[in-house]
Amino acid sequence: MTKPFLETLELDADYGDCRALFGVEVGLAEGETVAVIGANGAGKSTLLRSIAGLVRNAPEMVRLDGRPIGALSAEQVTRLGISTVPQGRRLFPSLSVEENLLIGGRHGRSKGQWSLGTVYGLFPMLRERRKAPATALTIGQQQMAAIGRALMSNPRILLCDEIGLGLPPELIRDIYAILPRIREAGASVVLAEQDIGRALRVADRVYCLTAGRVTLLGRPEHMRRHDIHDAYFGVRA
Amino acid sequence: MIWVETVMQGVTLGGLYALFAAGLYLVLGVMRLANLAHGAFIVLAAYVILLLASLLEIGPLLAALIAAPALFAAGWLLQRLLLNRLLGEDILPPLLVTLGLSIVIQTGLEKGLSAQSRRISPGPLETATVEVGPAVVSLLPLLSLGSAVLVVLVLQWVALRTATGRALRAISDDPATASMVGISPPRLLAGVTGVSLVVATIAALHAGTLAEFQPASGTAYLIIAFEAVLIGGLGSPWGALAGGIVLGVAQTAGAALDPEWEVLAGHVAFLAVLLVRPRGLFPRASG
Repeated sequence: MTKPFLETLELDADYGDCRALFGVEVGLAEGETVAVIGANGAGKSTLLRSIAGLVRNAPEMVRLDGRPIGALSAEQVTRLGISTVPQGRRLFPSLSVEENLLIGGRHGRSKGQWSLGTVYGLFPMLRERRKAPATALTIGQQQMAAIGRALMSNPRILLCDEIGLGLPPELIRDIYAILPRIREAGASVVLAEQDIGRALRVADRVYCLTAGRVTLLGRPEHMRRHDIHDAYFGVRA
Repeated sequence: MIWVETVMQGVTLGGLYALFAAGLYLVLGVMRLANLAHGAFIVLAAYVILLLASLLEIGPLLAALIAAPALFAAGWLLQRLLLNRLLGEDILPPLLVTLGLSIVIQTGLEKGLSAQSRRISPGPLETATVEVGPAVVSLLPLLSLGSAVLVVLVLQWVALRTATGRALRAISDDPATASMVGISPPRLLAGVTGVSLVVATIAALHAGTLAEFQPASGTAYLIIAFEAVLIGGLGSPWGALAGGIVLGVAQTAGAALDPEWEVLAGHVAFLAVLLVRPRGLFPRASG
């Protein structure tokens, strides 16, 4: 791994009233795709929400380019170039599809290849339905719009929280097929994923979270199936 | 033709009620904050206009134009320093704080300026009338209806056509996700409360020239504003206008039958609408 530009250091974080993360240390290098795998409740979402500023932490617990950002608010983190595709999509129901995309681009970095035109190029379906309310889209189209909204800010880092959750398999394949395009455009990607197989196929490196702790990390080609299995299910924590 | 005039009177009175409601609607719609001090803010603005008009010896319109930026600033500060800290899952703290604020404003005005009824002199406009079809209508209530339509049009235009309006709708839908796309709710919400006080100033100009007011009038204004907003629903600022007109027409119709029924008829209309449409005439789209 080349030197990470985003990293968490001894990150402890809470989910509601419960401690969800214990001393988690993950890193992301420029251009890299990192997958965070783990069962339901392992702390994947809390990790992503801590990076995104939706869970506030001690400043030093999250660093971007060596700068402590753990205590920044979500809007400050977004303006630094970290953008999130939230779990469950969370489109704005009062806004049209196009307005959802525009709002994503309003506070991001202006330089970059993503704009309404290029996002519509990536998801032609969204152009056809751009005047429709976000709630009128199919679930797959909603996922595309949520990804498009996050891309509109031209992020350096894209945090994807379970982007396949609840989608039929062929749609998940379509969604995952666009990841290379996002990487080519210059974003580094963190994927939270329950599906081990899919994570191993797309990621440069994989972290496995079990009950709030990193129990395994490595490159997919060096990881053995049964080690992952044990870590994932907490057989040898 | 008596009925035509009664309805016309009701509609124009509804314009005034819509002005009461519009500021409340704005804050309630964007940040889910039921501002119980909104009626007191309208009374406060009326006193500011009254004092400016008498101290500077200027007309009420000019006084309102001077008062509006000051009240915007007051609303902005109130939101930044106080209300932003109270927004959250629990809806009780903002209710208690704004209720307390309304009591502070009312007793402050009573101590400082006495509980006596006052009125802002509208000058020569007071007795002016216009003919609308077969009916003769006083000009002043008609002007408040015009102001209400204008306020609603501006709010609607900002909400639907500007980037700020888009951000406000996003905050209203889902504040956490809004901050995730880089919107900064605290700053925008301060502007919203500021604008709601400007709308309260417009309402005060009309309420204070149409009828007498006193420090305790805020409660009645607040109840009318709430009923109009709930009749209208939170889906569109046109709801505030529709709600105001429903109340206005019900009150004047009730008063035409028996003067004692005026206020009661408004409340009955409010309950009747909610029985048929519990989420109001223009309900919000839900996710």
